[in-house]
Amino acid sequence: MENTEQTRSITGSMQSPRSPSSQPYFSVSVTDPVKLGNGVQSYISYRVITKTNFPEYQGPEKIVIRRYSDFVWLRDRLFEKYKGVFIPPLPEKSAVEKFRFSAEFIEMRRAALDIFVNRIALHPELQQSEDLRTFLQADEETMERFRFQETGIFKKKPADLMQMFRDVQSKVSDAVLGKEKPVEETTPEYEKLKHYVFELENHLTEAQKHAYRLVKRHRELGQSLLDFGKAVKLLGACEGEPTGRAFSDLGTKSELLSIKLQKEAQRVLMNFEEPLKDYVRYVQSIKATIAERGTAFRQHCELAETTKLKEINLDKLMLTRSEKVGEAEIEYRVIKAESEEATQRFERIVKRMNEEIVRFQEQKTEEMGVAFHQFAKGQARLANGIGDAWRALLPKLEAASSV
Amino acid sequence: MMGSENADGFEETQINASKEDMENLSLGVDGDGADGDDPLTKSHVNGDSSNSGYRSAMSTLSNVRDPLSTPPTLLTPTDSDPLFAPSSFGDIRSHGSKPNCSDNSYIEPPSYADVIFSPFDENSDSEINGAEDSSVHSQSSDSLSRSPSSSSSDYIKITVSNPQKEQEPSNSIVPGGNNYITYLITTRTNLPDFGGPSEFSVRRRFRDVVTLADRLAESYRGFCIPPRPDKSVVESQVMQKQEFVEQRRLALEKYLRRLSAHPVIRNSDELKVFLQVQGKLPLPMSTDVASRMLDGAVKLPKQLFGEGGASAVPVHEVVQPAKGGRDLLRLFKELRQSVSNDWGGSKPPVVEEDKEFLEKKEKMHDLEQQIINASQQAESLVKAQQDMGETMGELGLAFIKLTKFENEEAVFNAQRTRAADMKNVATAAVKASRFYRELNSQTVKHLDTLHDYLGMMMAVQGAFADRSSALLTVQTLLSELSSLQARAEKLEAASAKVFGGDKSRIRKIEELKETIKVTEDAKNVAIREYERIKENNRSEVERLDSERRVDFMNMMKGFVVNQVGYAEKISNVWAKVAEESSQYDREKQSS
Repeated sequence: MENTEQTRSITGSMQSPRSPSSQPYFSVSVTDPVKLGNGVQSYISYRVITKTNFPEYQGPEKIVIRRYSDFVWLRDRLFEKYKGVFIPPLPEKSAVEKFRFSAEFIEMRRAALDIFVNRIALHPELQQSEDLRTFLQADEETMERFRFQETGIFKKKPADLMQMFRDVQSKVSDAVLGKEKPVEETTPEYEKLKHYVFELENHLTEAQKHAYRLVKRHRELGQSLLDFGKAVKLLGACEGEPTGRAFSDLGTKSELLSIKLQKEAQRVLMNFEEPLKDYVRYVQSIKATIAERGTAFRQHCELAETTKLKEINLDKLMLTRSEKVGEAEIEYRVIKAESEEATQRFERIVKRMNEEIVRFQEQKTEEMGVAFHQFAKGQARLANGIGDAWRALLPKLEAASSV
Repeated sequence: MMGSENADGFEETQINASKEDMENLSLGVDGDGADGDDPLTKSHVNGDSSNSGYRSAMSTLSNVRDPLSTPPTLLTPTDSDPLFAPSSFGDIRSHGSKPNCSDNSYIEPPSYADVIFSPFDENSDSEINGAEDSSVHSQSSDSLSRSPSSSSSDYIKITVSNPQKEQEPSNSIVPGGNNYITYLITTRTNLPDFGGPSEFSVRRRFRDVVTLADRLAESYRGFCIPPRPDKSVVESQVMQKQEFVEQRRLALEKYLRRLSAHPVIRNSDELKVFLQVQGKLPLPMSTDVASRMLDGAVKLPKQLFGEGGASAVPVHEVVQPAKGGRDLLRLFKELRQSVSNDWGGSKPPVVEEDKEFLEKKEKMHDLEQQIINASQQAESLVKAQQDMGETMGELGLAFIKLTKFENEEAVFNAQRTRAADMKNVATAAVKASRFYRELNSQTVKHLDTLHDYLGMMMAVQGAFADRSSALLTVQTLLSELSSLQARAEKLEAASAKVFGGDKSRIRKIEELKETIKVTEDAKNVAIREYERIKENNRSEVERLDSERRVDFMNMMKGFVVNQVGYAEKISNVWAKVAEESSQYDREKQSS
């Protein structure tokens, strides 16, 4: 849909400023929603068309069929693998059954999925992802297999399970050592960032709520104009000339304007309310990243603690020339390696987040700028249309009243 | 119907804003002086109890009558209206400063008290209209009101104000006495009937208005008399409440103004007496039970079949519908007829043979239905416009908060840029919101005409009912006449059979013949009265039809002009934002 591609400017803002010819390109489109399956098990499938000259991809064009849960799979994988990156958000699952297949919902979802994939394709790190390649290229059976693996109960990989176990261990030792409170980063900049993100979500949610209501108001005004037009025409039928004709004209105009309002309602929904919702989702994604960072930080701290303890223990044992020295030394080395890993993980997250924040702010300014512009243009156009329509009626009314 | 009626109401409390106030309202954007020209209209709430519908929707627009006497903060329409919640953003008036300056010049919520704008008030200075409304037909303000006085220099203007609690000075068995409210009724007029240019006031209570209405109904049968405000079946506690009193005050004002707009009734003795005579209203009150049941009349008509017979009965009493204590015979006859017909399946009690009249009645009924329907849809439209304005305002406010937040927390320039972009939208949204509300209060004024005519349709029904009851009187008399004559014939026939005459029968026949003569006279009078009422009906309906056409045309014009004007204003506001954000226009750049 041209509309969405025009309004969302990610493509433009993210490309590197090189000359157009033979520069690497990577664009994806999500199109052609089709309802498949029967009854309760029915779902929508989308055509995902990848156009790229990246060497890892079967170019120049590849088409696959994907459904919503495939996108969820991709998002989850990226979230696991690229901690610190603000993974682009997905549109929500629809809770309301009957709304699931309404044309409006399907279109909004399609547009949002399109943006989702394109954002990934344009992200310098994410675009390298193997999972992305799978998503964009694997045949449907393979994709389904991958997807089933992830939606199983044992979602976590063995390594993760071990980590969870260790987390529990360290928590126990914390309790023993009297450290009940979870450890958190407290640098002022990070505090400020966290505060900013949480507050931002509140503000945005409120704005989005009002934007959605505004869409409703457009629809309601349209409906009332329609009803008013009809009623006025009926009234005109009771009156003789010239009043009857005037009422009839008034009613017709009113009905016409009702249509304009319904159209604008739809535009406001797609081009203004949806970007705001997307903004909210993005902030929620950032919150998830913040949570990950918190986990990573805790692990880093706890493992550092544990390492220190092990070192102390080892020194003690060495002093007493205990036979447990060997064992302790091995334990110490293992823990130290893990600690270093944890620290690296944490630092990578921090680095990524710093880059991501910059990108996020710029991206959002651009996207919201476009949304605001569209909204203002739409409102101006609507008002103009309304003014023109009513103005056209005035000479007729003047003529009728001078009769 | 006076289109200017509503506009006139603003004269009393119209405030011409100072230039400074207007600039302050202009929200600090250069070249936006037109905004200052769009102060908020004080809309009125009409108190007709039958119309609580969109009045409640519109109640957020309405304010205490005299904004000058209340501090502006009290004028906050609703608690939830975010535009008028106490602003925590600081009270910075921007005098022409640029909107994007970093000193956070936020919008001060506009105060209703500052300016009142009534573009269709023919008496207002058109300075407020300003150059911006050049495309708005400013001459429409004159053509909009179809008041008789606009052609000549006659005028009569009635204001109802100053409700006061008073106590009946009677021996109150019930402690707490009989409290009631009186209203000050001020008339300003130059009509010769009232003695040249003058202004005078009286105090009246609602009961007096009922009396006035009843006396007028009697005197002006066949006329389309504007219906009076409803009596209220509420307890005295509610009656004392300010809201109720205010509603009633408005309803009374509207009623009296309509009366004074009626070309015939404005010259009636009843109205003159009501408006001028100080102290107790010197009109007979409606008291008897039977009349109250039938929602009408007054006098105890003297018995038709006379005290001593003959034409001692004043003519106009003969033709009153037989309601009231004494003439129970006739009362029951008529009642029986109408009741049996109603219960029997809505056949009219009178045999109406006038096809034209029946057609007209049918048409009027249809018209009434459509007016009701249109009035309801108008209410919905008004509510939808109101809601749009409100939500737009809330959106603007939410963005203002966001803007402030981003600016405070800004670490990157992108955030400041975004905040600035957002602020433009927010400012525009707040302005647009205000325009929607203004548009709406004007819309109410215009579409109110529909509602007014509902009242007038009732008046037409009343006129038609007068005709029907006059016809009923004629038909009753006719049938009585024929039964009397039949009895006379029978008696004569019987008496003829008796040889030498039947003294008692002959006497009876004599009496009967007297009665017949009186009844004959009464019948003739009744017929003349019926014809008179028919003529009143006809001329009134004609007058009403043409007035209604004019009023409806004015209503449409006013409504449309309004829509055009505000559409332009709203469009300009958003066009500016679109202009300012044109760097984000992706339609021009191909991706």
